[in-house]
Amino acid sequence: MKSDYDIIVVGAGPAGSMAARFAAEKGVSVLMLEKDRDVGYPVRCGEAVSKAGVSEFIEPDEKWISSHINNFALISPDGTEATIEFGDAGYVLERRIFDYELAKTAAKAGAEILTRAYVNGLLFENGVVSGVKYEYRGEQKQLSAKIVIAADGVESRVGRWAGLRTFTDFREMECCVQITASNINVEKNTLYFYFGQNVAPGGYFWIFPKSNNAANIGLGVSGMVGKKKSALSFLNNFMSNNFPDSPILTSIAGGVPSSITLEKISGPGIMLVGDAARQVNPLSGGGIASGMIGGSIAGRIAGEAILRNNLSHILSYDKEWHNRLGKRHEIFERIKNGIYNFSDDKFNKIAQSFNSIPKDKRTLGRLFTTALLNQPSLLVDIAKVFII
Amino acid sequence: MYRQAKTGKLLIEILPNKCDFCGCCVGVCPEDAIELKEAEIYIIDERCTNCSKCIWSCPIEVIKFNKEGVLSKSLA
Ligand SMILES: Cc1cc2nc3c(=O)[nH]c(=O)nc-3n(C[C@H](O)[C@H](O)[C@H](O)COP(=O)(O)OP(=O)(O)OC[C@H]3O[C@@H](n4cnc5c(N)ncnc54)[C@H](O)[C@@H]3O)c2cc1C
Ligand code: SF4
Ligand code: SF4
Repeated sequence: MKSDYDIIVVGAGPAGSMAARFAAEKGVSVLMLEKDRDVGYPVRCGEAVSKAGVSEFIEPDEKWISSHINNFALISPDGTEATIEFGDAGYVLERRIFDYELAKTAAKAGAEILTRAYVNGLLFENGVVSGVKYEYRGEQKQLSAKIVIAADGVESRVGRWAGLRTFTDFREMECCVQITASNINVEKNTLYFYFGQNVAPGGYFWIFPKSNNAANIGLGVSGMVGKKKSALSFLNNFMSNNFPDSPILTSIAGGVPSSITLEKISGPGIMLVGDAARQVNPLSGGGIASGMIGGSIAGRIAGEAILRNNLSHILSYDKEWHNRLGKRHEIFERIKNGIYNFSDDKFNKIAQSFNSIPKDKRTLGRLFTTALLNQPSLLVDIAKVFII
Repeated sequence: MYRQAKTGKLLIEILPNKCDFCGCCVGVCPEDAIELKEAEIYIIDERCTNCSKCIWSCPIEVIKFNKEGVLSKSLA
């Protein structure tokens, strides 16, 4: 290990690994630090991702695919199930292996990786970020870097230390619990989304199937809901009503910063990627693919900045992200605010009228159209998603 | 004895041995007052304002408001 690097990435999730890889591909020196013992573990994720989202970065491989998805089932509060077929839409991953493989692609590109390295401060030179302080096996250490990329996930403190406003408003934090349970009898190729005040007010409850009769089952609620009733009590209710005796293989808590991207995601010597930058799709809460996109853009730009010996080049990252996905997320956010505020009654009506459409004509577009009949003002926002 | 919170007394308690280390509370804390390592968590009392946002955001209800005040880590 060296004592100074061109680029240090903090956090080895999907966003961090892509940042490290795309920077290293430019031939500059890169180190990625991860606080946990293992890259990829623990898994705090429903693990659903679109095929397009991952194949941009890694060749799909059965060893990290838990199930292939070609169906979506949306279940309204009265139990009406609206299903949409999608062809070969996506996967439920085995993220423990997936994240690990992503980190290996960064290593292959030349990035160094160190786990059990807990970053607990930044170094500054003339007000510009110039490295990190970290704890490694009980010892306090430090390393210099020309650029620090914060990929430290939902808890994201590195950006704050660099002076960016990164904390999440508690109302926008989707506070989640999830179990992976066995003996769950659902279709292996279908993602199930449940809506309604009793299951997941202001969000959705999910069942994402994994191989061998197991499934990821969970939900997220905003901190506003959590004030009165925690995600855990919603999950316990659902399980005792639906799968009272299922063996539980894992159980985790987690947070999704479900908002639009932060106003500023770069500053002198610092860039933020993934959950740390709030690069999550606010409608679905999915952040794997968008985090990888953010990470890849940031990594490439950071590498270019080093090669050109022009560190202010990193400030162009904000705009590039905004054009690639940030703008879209702003529209998704407005759609989310429209849809998730629907009453149980409205969800039931939408599901029923959607089901009256012949099965082969049901598309996501149709679903939105049906939802629109209930909330015409959403039309403009949805139209924009397809225009941009 | 209480450790000194920003308000004079720390009233926020992370129940021992119950945390899942998920980071929700850290993400919403406006004061950057929570330290979270791989399997260790504690509140940095000098920064905490007892605002309770971390309590509302904990998905598994392991942070509590303790109106009696919370003892320091070293004293507890
Ligand atoms: C319950 C739940 C379900 C979800 N379901 C889905 C889903 O189905 N599909 C989807 O696309 N997305 C889902 N998400 C969101 C998705 O998990 C995240 O958006 C994604 O993991 C973000 O990637 P990241 O690389 O930004 O951060 P992370 O994957 O969180 O990685 C951040 C890394 O940084 C490390 N770190 C943090 N602080 C430090 C530090 N100080 N020093 C060193 N290392 C540090 C952490 O240990 C961690 O490994 C879900 C999230 C939750 C909580
Ligand atoms: S009470 Fe407020 S300031 Fe204190 S740790 Fe919780 S969120 Fe942070
Ligand atoms: S939100 Fe709760 S479970 Fe998650 S890290 Fe904080 S105290 Fe632990």
